[in-house]
Amino acid sequence: MLGLNSRDFKLFIVVCLMALAAPILLNPFPTASALGESFNAGYPALMQRFVIFGILVIGFNILFGLTGYLSFGHAAFLGVGSYAAVWMFKLLSYNVVPAIILSVIVAGLFAVVIGYVSLRRSGIYFSILTLAFAQMSYQLAYSVFTPLTNGETGLQVYNDDPQILMGANSPTSPHFFGLEMNSQYTLDISGWSFVFQNGYYLSAIFLILGFYLSIRIFRSPTGLMLRAIKSNQTRMSYTGINTKPYMLAAFVISGMYAGLAGGLLAAMDPLTGAERMFWTASGEIVVMAILGGVGTLIGPVLGAGIIKYLENIVSKINDSILHQWFAFMPDWLEGVLVTIIHPFIGKGWHLTLGLLFMAVVIFLPGGLVQGGQKIGGLFRRKKTDDAADGAKTPAE
Amino acid sequence: MGILEVKGINKRFGGLQALGDVNLSVQENTVHAIIGPNGAGKSTLLNVLVGKLIPDSGSVMFDGQSVLGRKPHEINQMGISRVFQTPEIFADLSVFENVLIPCFAKRDGSFKMQAIGAVTGHSDIHTTAEAILDDVNMLDKRHMTAASLSRGDKRRLEMAMCLVQEPKLLLLDEPTAGMARADTNNTIDLLKEIKEKRDITMCIIEHDMHVVFSLSERITVLAQGMPLVEDTPDNIKGHPKVREAYLGEAQV
Repeated sequence: MLGLNSRDFKLFIVVCLMALAAPILLNPFPTASALGESFNAGYPALMQRFVIFGILVIGFNILFGLTGYLSFGHAAFLGVGSYAAVWMFKLLSYNVVPAIILSVIVAGLFAVVIGYVSLRRSGIYFSILTLAFAQMSYQLAYSVFTPLTNGETGLQVYNDDPQILMGANSPTSPHFFGLEMNSQYTLDISGWSFVFQNGYYLSAIFLILGFYLSIRIFRSPTGLMLRAIKSNQTRMSYTGINTKPYMLAAFVISGMYAGLAGGLLAAMDPLTGAERMFWTASGEIVVMAILGGVGTLIGPVLGAGIIKYLENIVSKINDSILHQWFAFMPDWLEGVLVTIIHPFIGKGWHLTLGLLFMAVVIFLPGGLVQGGQKIGGLFRRKKTDDAADGAKTPAE
Repeated sequence: MGILEVKGINKRFGGLQALGDVNLSVQENTVHAIIGPNGAGKSTLLNVLVGKLIPDSGSVMFDGQSVLGRKPHEINQMGISRVFQTPEIFADLSVFENVLIPCFAKRDGSFKMQAIGAVTGHSDIHTTAEAILDDVNMLDKRHMTAASLSRGDKRRLEMAMCLVQEPKLLLLDEPTAGMARADTNNTIDLLKEIKEKRDITMCIIEHDMHVVFSLSERITVLAQGMPLVEDTPDNIKGHPKVREAYLGEAQV
């Protein structure tokens, strides 16, 4: 179906359903309940981040997962994409279509230049080169390129901007031919309220398209070549294959995904700053990919989702919420539990993430996807007693 | 005029003259062995032929075109394939995928962007890949990861990957190095079989005299970077200069 084999097609359908039904799936608890206030993630601002960072990491995985080249400067493409999009808002109008198109193109061109230089080296030197380029972009955005980036203030749309395509009654926030990104429909069903927002759905559609394209790339001859480059570059050149253009293509495609993510971030909220290109942002992308499962199709989406969930949900929990949860316990036990959990919540969410990351890297080097395959393998063995058909070929 | 004509190759590494005025002529459809004691310059010569090293002077003509200054992938596309001392295969990929890659390289050249259609859609490539695996008796192992193959099978796979490109010249760098006697004999049989089945020129660098004399039709002896003799195996066996060069290293 759709040019996919049946296994990939099932995975694709699952991703489609999850993306489209996220406003419902991510709100499992009644809105007003204590659990709902703490753990419900189905609000637009967070769901947008899930899918936008999902797109970013899917693209990153095309480079890192297939070729094994670890780019440590991918946030630069995200930042460039955002700047390009905001400029389109400033010059043309708030329509997101030209903004997103330009952000992809600009990030692609940027990737051609950075990739051409960085791909002269491999391994750690490649990573350092990409890191250097990204940090350079970050610093330039603060200094030399202030006219383009508006420096520390960040780039945003002002009333005196040209916006030459703005009609008299055009929307004054990003929109898709009149459909405003931030307008939403709330569905209330006995205690639950589900929010369906235009901006989220636009991002979700791009996630679905991006995911579909990544499956096609993984299964294509070019995808095979990229995996072969990861496996043995010497044999590649003695097989008559020029690895450079393949690598550059992977790098540029990957950069364009990041540009798309940057454009979407700007479309959700039409302002941007240089900190989007900072090296910690690049590092976060790497962590997302490894946590989910490098080189797997679904891993990047999972990794991005989990990190954004921890960042936004665990960091919101504070001591008073903990006291509420444990109120039924004797006071001394409640006190002990809150003291133990305290370092892992609120500002301490990085500690939770760090422990999770360590556990995954040590016990599941293939990421959470490998964990899923192991569990799936156990079930299958119990059911059919056929161990041979267990979790194989993690790369696929 | 041979398919491969090497004329006056010189290569120095600092003070060491690795190759000094080497001439070599490999005739089409023959098996040509290059032998010589350690440090004779055999591997240096091979690296010049595949474009990994650029000589200080001299010329290398293959099929009427100069090889010098071309990159390894360009030289491969001209029709020279190389088998390594330790098999260079794509260890992380399946046996079948290992063979698919040279098939694509043969059909589409050194680069072709095909990022959308599935690999499985290229039925001509699949047919060729299956045929070559059948040829080397590895069709039943097609789904195995290449890393999990035995050493002998890795060698067969590498050979299949080279042969599927239908090279005009196959370079073999000590194909039996470090092998047990049984494996060595298997490799000899494999090479003989390849030779019988197709028109192919082979150039073998080898230490093992048993292999050399079982396979080759011409032999060039190198010593200290210089070509010593070039002759038929029978004449080489009794040649006094060759005995002198090897000086008890092997009973030729």
